Amino acid sequence: MLRRTLERFTLTDLFMWLVGGSIILLVVVGSVATLRAGNYTARHWFDFVVFGIAQGSVYALIALGYTLVYGILRMINFAHSEVFMSGAFTGYFIANSMSRSGFLDRNPIIGLLAIFAVAITTSVTVAVLLERIAYRPLRRSPRLVPLITAIGASFFLQYTFRGLYGSQNRAYPEVDALDGAWSLGGEFVIQKIQVLVIVAAALFMFGLYMFVQRTRTGKAMRAVSEDKDTAALMGIDVDAIIVRTFILGAALAGAAGVLYALMFRQVNFFMGFIPGIKAFTAAVLGGIGNIPGAMLGGLFLGLFESVGPTLFLDGLGIPAPYQLKDVIAFTMLVLVLIYRPTGILGERLATAKA
Amino acid sequence: MSKRFHLTLITLVIGALVVAACGGTPTPAPFACTDAIGCVDIAPDAPIHIAYALTVSGATATLGEDSKGAIEIAIDDKGGELLGHKIELTGEDTLCNAEGGQAAGTKLAADPTIVGIVGTNCSSEARAAMPQISGAGMVMISPSNTNPDLTNPDHPDHHPGYFRTAHNDLFQGRVAAEFAYNELGVKTAATIHDGSPYAESLQKVFANVFRELGGTITTQEAVNVGDTDMKPVLTKIATGAPEIIYFPIFEPEGDLIAAQMDEVAGLENTIKMGADGLFADTFPEGTGDGAVGMYLSGPYVAGGPYDEFLAKWKTKFGGVPPSGFHAHAYDATNMLFAAIEKVAVKDADGTLHIGRQALRDAMYATKDYNGLTGKLTCDANGDCATGEALGVFKLTEAEVGGAWPPPVFWQPGQ
Repeated sequence: MLRRTLERFTLTDLFMWLVGGSIILLVVVGSVATLRAGNYTARHWFDFVVFGIAQGSVYALIALGYTLVYGILRMINFAHSEVFMSGAFTGYFIANSMSRSGFLDRNPIIGLLAIFAVAITTSVTVAVLLERIAYRPLRRSPRLVPLITAIGASFFLQYTFRGLYGSQNRAYPEVDALDGAWSLGGEFVIQKIQVLVIVAAALFMFGLYMFVQRTRTGKAMRAVSEDKDTAALMGIDVDAIIVRTFILGAALAGAAGVLYALMFRQVNFFMGFIPGIKAFTAAVLGGIGNIPGAMLGGLFLGLFESVGPTLFLDGLGIPAPYQLKDVIAFTMLVLVLIYRPTGILGERLATAKA
Repeated sequence: MSKRFHLTLITLVIGALVVAACGGTPTPAPFACTDAIGCVDIAPDAPIHIAYALTVSGATATLGEDSKGAIEIAIDDKGGELLGHKIELTGEDTLCNAEGGQAAGTKLAADPTIVGIVGTNCSSEARAAMPQISGAGMVMISPSNTNPDLTNPDHPDHHPGYFRTAHNDLFQGRVAAEFAYNELGVKTAATIHDGSPYAESLQKVFANVFRELGGTITTQEAVNVGDTDMKPVLTKIATGAPEIIYFPIFEPEGDLIAAQMDEVAGLENTIKMGADGLFADTFPEGTGDGAVGMYLSGPYVAGGPYDEFLAKWKTKFGGVPPSGFHAHAYDATNMLFAAIEKVAVKDADGTLHIGRQALRDAMYATKDYNGLTGKLTCDANGDCATGEALGVFKLTEAEVGGAWPPPVFWQPGQ
């Protein structure tokens, strides 16, 4: 056994292990130095973690859209970030008018539900049209073709929104009911909006998981994901299942859009790009095609971005560490992929269907 | 018929015969360009070609539209003509980043008909565009670049042919620090930049002057362009408990910082201050209540001629200019026109010749030019701004509600 492992061990492997090892060493040394310096109290760390989980939940919701579509079509739907943007952007219009008339502050729950409903409807419509017009005609073409089409569709959607609504940033209204914070006893305080984002994201993810595991459609989705042709032989309408998969992913993206906009209070036509890239990273980090993996990947990425710069770099005396937030996030991705090439919860390579 | 008429007729006929015999008027020697870096030749019916290099799309589009409108008004003021030639304005979008600046610079430098360029808006664009533009012998005047390196002769980013009517950040950063320390009376400050040369140098100058005055800088942080979650970096800043945070960056990151500061424990009462990069009506709109009470340093222009300019803007575009550098762009365009008028040589056949080095020299020699932003005198490095046109503004509920511009709160020297 050992001999076989040694025989397979190449110079590249050695190099990768060295890279991985030095990253881990750096992380450990940096963390110890930061914690020993003691500039941050428990309260600060708590805040970093909460911010990270809130941001991570949004990444996770978007990542699910990537992972669902990949699981079934083996295709990266790069226009998914625009599905997310379209939901957030359309939600802005209803949120803004409800806020102006005072309805949102008087009936925050109905108001928020309406925003979610509008955003999710828009996202779902965009995604269904996308699937019907841009992807379905290319179902049997080589895999690069739909990929490039997805990138094209992404630009098309971005600039359609820019053309329709202009390029300026628009401020989402503040909801009075979500303003302020709850005290958790002692010095620990949590913003209401963070609680909403985390709880809502968790509910959506739980709902999705139950849907995929417990319903007939969910079972059919899993079957199509295993093997499209066999599933069709078993009487499953593959096209219909694919559309439903897009609808599910888009609904989550629309919800993520509203949560994101409520948290950061700004929308513009380009807002989907960076969260989209991050969510795609999260999906890969967790193991693309794997639903719990996407959730885990999103949370990991959010946490690394929020806690990482301070924890890993502050102790090493690196100035302005938050500039390196993306570097940290992607270094973590590299680290995970060195040791687990298919992601944290990814399928084993031998059984991979890719 | 009078005798006089006959005489005239005869003279004319003889004259015509003589001319015909000589084979037409003798042509003067063709114009020889003696300029060290070449000339632009403009045929009698050809236009004088001016270009803009501004950020007219994306998040910073207000900055570009603001400058572009002012250039158009300056052209209108000339009746659309200069020295009997139509003025043609074309332009490139510079996107407020180095890539956009480089692409625009390469395209503009490749067009030999361009006499001068008004631009760029962002310092990062100028940094990437100037090597090509300077190499092509052109002049470029910026209405809003404020990075000190661009006019520092010892710095590689300095190129001959570059001018600006905007204030140098060495000045703006100092004004901000003096305002914070002397006027607001704060003793501790933190800064945030976004990695752009503009923000990085501005916060550096602010920090240095603030320390010189006796204050303490608790930390100098940075975010990335495109970041949305600013709460972690703000939490880190909160550990130092600064009384003021100075973040001279752009939209939308500036909006997000201002909005999220209120949600970070320990920063609820911290004073916010930004610079002219956030000085646009979209900033309070995009930030919401988080912008109330925030200070911005920015261009401040007043006076009768400026009111006339605003009236022209209102007639031409409606409303008010969306950002703060229109007066600088107007002055920049007019200075360029004045320099062209000074050096252009007209041939007998009406062709106009403009020596490129001569044009540069004329620009460098600009002295006490009466502009909207004060009396402009260019130094040997291309800095033409007076520094008179700078003020500190305080945003209120009114600006969040859509009013623009805010009233000036403080001016240096007050």
